[in-house]
Amino acid sequence: MTTAQPLSLFEKIWRRHTILEREDGAVLLHVGRHLVHDGTAAAFRSLADRGLTLRRPEKTFGTADHYAPTTSRDLASISDPGRRAMIESLAVSAETLGFTAFGLEDHRQGIIHVIGPEQGITQPGLVIVCGDSHTATHGALGALAFGIGSSEVAHVLATQALWQTKTRSMRITVTGALTPGVTAKDLILAIIAKIGAAGGTGHVIEYAGPAIAALSIEARLTLCNMSIEAGARAGMVAPDEKTYAYLKGRPYAPTGDAWEQAVAYWRSLPSDEGAVFDTEVALDGAKIEPMVTWGLSPETALPVSGRIPDPMAEPDEDRRAAMLHALEYMGLTPGTAITNIAVDRVFIGSCTNSRIEDLREAASVVAGSRIKIPAIVVPGSGLVKAQAEAEGLDRIFLTAGMEWRHSGCSMCVGMNGDIAAPRERCASTSNRNFAGRQGRLARTHLVSPAMAAAAALAGHFVDVRVAKDN
Amino acid sequence: MDPFKRLEAIALPLDLPNMDTDQIIPARFLWRPRAAGYGELLFNDLRYTPEGAPSPDFILNQPQFAGAKILVADKNFGCGSSREQAVWALYDYGFRAVIAPSFGDIFYNNCCKQGIVPVVLPEAAVAALRAAIAPGVSLTVDLERQTVTGPGGFTQKFEIAPYQRQQLLDGLDDVALTLAFIETMAAFEADYDRALPWLAARQA
Repeated sequence: MTTAQPLSLFEKIWRRHTILEREDGAVLLHVGRHLVHDGTAAAFRSLADRGLTLRRPEKTFGTADHYAPTTSRDLASISDPGRRAMIESLAVSAETLGFTAFGLEDHRQGIIHVIGPEQGITQPGLVIVCGDSHTATHGALGALAFGIGSSEVAHVLATQALWQTKTRSMRITVTGALTPGVTAKDLILAIIAKIGAAGGTGHVIEYAGPAIAALSIEARLTLCNMSIEAGARAGMVAPDEKTYAYLKGRPYAPTGDAWEQAVAYWRSLPSDEGAVFDTEVALDGAKIEPMVTWGLSPETALPVSGRIPDPMAEPDEDRRAAMLHALEYMGLTPGTAITNIAVDRVFIGSCTNSRIEDLREAASVVAGSRIKIPAIVVPGSGLVKAQAEAEGLDRIFLTAGMEWRHSGCSMCVGMNGDIAAPRERCASTSNRNFAGRQGRLARTHLVSPAMAAAAALAGHFVDVRVAKDN
Repeated sequence: MDPFKRLEAIALPLDLPNMDTDQIIPARFLWRPRAAGYGELLFNDLRYTPEGAPSPDFILNQPQFAGAKILVADKNFGCGSSREQAVWALYDYGFRAVIAPSFGDIFYNNCCKQGIVPVVLPEAAVAALRAAIAPGVSLTVDLERQTVTGPGGFTQKFEIAPYQRQQLLDGLDDVALTLAFIETMAAFEADYDRALPWLAARQA
């Protein structure tokens, strides 16, 4: 087959979904799948206020995640009426507008970015949007997936389309192989540390190279999830045999002849030889260590062997001021070894790290031991929870002294009330270490599930590779 | 939303880089309806002590900057969560323009939907501007000419996508604009649904 012009994965999906392009460069993109959740209430209200209805109910899917209580599945357990109304709004909107929603009572409920792939709703070659910045997650299956604001959500509800201008493209090629004990979470933290929290601004990232091809689909979901923490609109990985195998047989994946037709489309998607990217970045995967963030931006990720940096060594005045502010908030002293930082609490969960492979990793670290600090494990969906229980992981966590919760966003963002106390230091498998993210004045360090589990056992950060040897 | 053509107003400098939307509006307030107003909650955890008293060091609490409508921020302003409430909070407080070296992409788009002009200028120019803003100093953001002017002959042109500029100038909601293309959309969808038929079918 000859192509006039080599195209990237991103460009192919962009073209497939372009309804029209105006002379001023604005492109109207069709939306293949629209994902909604219990934070979407304002957009539903806006739609109703304008007397509009949902254009394509069969392309809209929702779940309750941000406000979902993790200690009970009973809506009545949410004491705050305002928060309870958010979950109710999703159910009422699903009923009125006719789209599929997995509510608290549904065993398929979970974090939208976990259940999209899990149900086969997420597929290669689609434009997928959601009123949540971690929508980039779905790019792991070869979709162009990005987060949008509430006004844009209302627009998509009404039109199944979105105005965009063409985004720049970046390819991040990871050579070598990740070493044992180093996960996709460490990889994405190392990437963000390298290019910065605004390094991907205005770009869609394609992750490529042998280290990426070697990742499981769940690891790719973790990787793409945090593209937004590098500033990128979206992150994506070309679909391959692993992707097709992952999707086959999932409830919303195509079947029969449609499956063959879909796979034929999916096989046409990977970037052509010679496709041009606006920016190219390269990393050696073999050199990456387990990572720990120390500051208030994910770009402050350091190898676990590192020490807290000294602001006085920073020549740029603004950067120095930002570092001093972060150190004060985090209660840290320059020069401290990461492994000497005492941790008060552990959170294992979130759309970044709450899938079955994440839970297996954490369980393998704590199996047969007792934790020293409080730790909660929040599976990403009801189905992940059931799978973990079938494998006995819940018993391992409970025996180690950890709490085993129901699924939801939980302590990643604390909207459901799961928060850390002021100045409490939390080793967290989530995606943001922003000031106040896990509760006012709470101190968040981002790590992999294995590193979080190892910190729970030791009461301070440890190199999980060493901990495993002991 | 209100149309925006040109605004001369008091500017307020904010020196923190990577000002994420969690800090602009903490997650615990997001369930509140828009009608309840978000202005009082803008930068809540920086602006008030845990007891609820104004933090005197935070610039929003300094009376010299009362009435500011232009925010001059640092790089990667509005990064993180897609919450449009961050823009509601800025708008309800009174801001109509934010100048920064770079923005979170989703925040930038949200601004254009809500009538706040996001202005990207070079990092050095923004740093110079923040340093030059004395209390009560005004800047002018002219969206028609795509310029920012200020004290000491400061003049910079800025870029903005034409459709976003037009949307801000007109103060129009784009759903109505899109629905004018309904026939083109329907024809596209018919073709798309033929090519990828499994997506249009009800399953499971």
